[in-house]
Amino acid sequence: MSLKSWLTRFRPRPSRASASAASMKTAPGIPRNGGRLRLMFSSTAVRLSAIYILLFALCAALLVIYVTAMSERLLAQQTRRTIEEEALDIDRAYDRGGVNLVLRIMERRSRQPGANLYVIAGPNGEILAGNVASLQPGVLDEQGWTGMPFTYQPYAEMGATRRHTATASVLRLDNGLRVLIGRDLGDPSRFRGIVQQALMVALAIMGLGALVIWFGIGRNALRRIDRMSAASQKIMAGDLSQRLPVGRSGDEFDRLSESLNAMLGRIEKLNEGLRQVSDNIAHDLKTPLTRLRNKAADALGEDREDVRRVSLEGIIGESDQLIRTFNALLMISRVEAGSIAAELSDIDLSAISADSAELYEPVAEEAGLSMHTEIDPGLIVHGNRELIGQAIFNLLDNAIKYAVGASQEPQIWVRLRHAEGSLKLSISDNGPGVPAERREDVTKRFFRLDESRSKPGTGLGLSLVEAVMELHGGALELSATDEANTEAPGLTVTMVFPQIRR
Amino acid sequence: MQTFSSPYSSADDKSAGAGDAADAIVPRMKILVIEDDLEAAAYMSKGFKEAGIVVDHASDGESGLFMASENSYDVMVIDRMLPRRDGLSVISELRKRGVNAPVLILSALGQVDDRVTGLRAGGDDYLPKPYAFSELLARVEVLGRRKGTPEQDMVYRVGDLELDRLSHEVKRAGKEILLQPREFRLLEYLMKNAGQVVTRTMLLENVWDYHFDPQTNVIDVHVSRLRSKIEKDFEKPLLKTIRGAGYMIKDEG
Repeated sequence: MSLKSWLTRFRPRPSRASASAASMKTAPGIPRNGGRLRLMFSSTAVRLSAIYILLFALCAALLVIYVTAMSERLLAQQTRRTIEEEALDIDRAYDRGGVNLVLRIMERRSRQPGANLYVIAGPNGEILAGNVASLQPGVLDEQGWTGMPFTYQPYAEMGATRRHTATASVLRLDNGLRVLIGRDLGDPSRFRGIVQQALMVALAIMGLGALVIWFGIGRNALRRIDRMSAASQKIMAGDLSQRLPVGRSGDEFDRLSESLNAMLGRIEKLNEGLRQVSDNIAHDLKTPLTRLRNKAADALGEDREDVRRVSLEGIIGESDQLIRTFNALLMISRVEAGSIAAELSDIDLSAISADSAELYEPVAEEAGLSMHTEIDPGLIVHGNRELIGQAIFNLLDNAIKYAVGASQEPQIWVRLRHAEGSLKLSISDNGPGVPAERREDVTKRFFRLDESRSKPGTGLGLSLVEAVMELHGGALELSATDEANTEAPGLTVTMVFPQIRR
Repeated sequence: MQTFSSPYSSADDKSAGAGDAADAIVPRMKILVIEDDLEAAAYMSKGFKEAGIVVDHASDGESGLFMASENSYDVMVIDRMLPRRDGLSVISELRKRGVNAPVLILSALGQVDDRVTGLRAGGDDYLPKPYAFSELLARVEVLGRRKGTPEQDMVYRVGDLELDRLSHEVKRAGKEILLQPREFRLLEYLMKNAGQVVTRTMLLENVWDYHFDPQTNVIDVHVSRLRSKIEKDFEKPLLKTIRGAGYMIKDEG
């Protein structure tokens, strides 16, 4: 059976492939053996390797055929040259010693083992002498080299059925005699047979090897896919903490599993964040809503026009505060969800910092504190200008708010510099600061250091800054501005941006 | 599809911002409001009417699209989430049909990226919900007036105050006033919209190019600095604070 027909027998048919896919869906863990085989042939890796093997075999076959043909031609040429030389010899011998010398030479030569063909024939083609019993008719008619091989029967095998082929040179002597010197072609065709046999063996070994590799790849790949689909079934059932199995080889399957796992991790985190936000909303918005309701009830029960007006204004103020809180919460969750990530571009952090400082400088002055800026120019980050701007605004707001309470002359600093492969934008004040053990808490939503909540604010400012930093792949660091000053150590908030990679 | 006649006809409960702004209104601006929340639409219509603006109202995307194509409006206020046809698709369809009236998008999704997609769809301004009506009114008026104020005016004048956009010179009664670059842009924006209320958010957007609620008094501090520079040696005040809304530069004559 030829390789080609053997391959076509196993070529996957589309209808079967889809049927086996369906069978995998219904019973992912226990594919039947026949189904497994069909599945294997429908797998891409196997299909690809089959195509490669086919191509390789084709090339090898072509090469062998070419080499065979070339060597055959070479052999034939060599044969022809020696025979023609011999014919020339005979011709010269005839000139020297006539037919007798020719006969003697030919007789001697034909006795040697593996001798050439020697024939002396009469003018009408009847064989007079030589080691050949009979010739294909018409061979002796033409003078010179016989283009096509002809059949003959050697003298030693008279009466046998096996036919021999040969090529020869025919010489016509003056007296009308014809001399044929030829060589049996048995040798070249045996050579071809050997080459062909070698080719078949090579192909057989190649096919066997391919089959083994094929089986190995298919089985291995299938088993891993089975494991992956089993894991994803569990995830689909709602267990988001499940992960796909990852091997140690780091091949395509492992990379796929890894990136799917990363995706699952992100989904899980977002899910968690969403739940936390809704919990917080439920918990922390109840208080201001209750306050709002009480004020409305007060206003309703108030008879005096001016007092009612004050109550109503309070209600509007309370609602505005609620709206702000809502906006901040929404903003934080949107930033955390990373949906804004698509809007990131290269922006000039130095310009944003300088702009923000300029915007807040009069505010600081009004509040009676001095602002110092040390901004290195031309520092670029990959980010969202609006979000970074808002984060800086929040930090400046905080710094001004808390520095004002400081005993000595209140000051704030805005510094931007390039350090240790990152860009550090820090905003410092010399206010009361945050004790080291509470620094973890201040970025939590609705957390406020001041329990009495006497300063205005939503308790969300730093949470937003932290979310913005996370979106930008950076970090938020809190430290004391002046550790030595126990009275008013101040707070330094540093936004650490990763340096842009060129 | 309906045109609202305000169910509240008494004028004494109107908001401070709308009331003050009403004085500055050029009569008979005609706007279309596409908003599915009928209560919000009624509140808006009432406010706009008090400000002297004619309001048509459509309560879903399809009828809004129909009305906007059939009539000519000075400004359209379009909610982003509408029944039957999404607000953004209404806007892009209108732009495709060659309706070029300025559009203000209202949206409950008031975040940076939504704003960008809204403006990309062909909106001219974007206001996140919930909003103060005074903010909406100020923005609608600026949008409606936009075509009336030629951008190529090189010198803005309000009373005896002059601002040259080319040489960046500011003079009052012929006397030069020195301004910081940012103060110049602040005054430029105020004077470009002279006679109209400009809110703090609008100032932050147009002068500093940040699109969020400033929340603190940053803008007020800058405005009061500017005010002290342009009014310090002069008797007549030009830059007014509109309570509950924002600022307006105007020559009272």
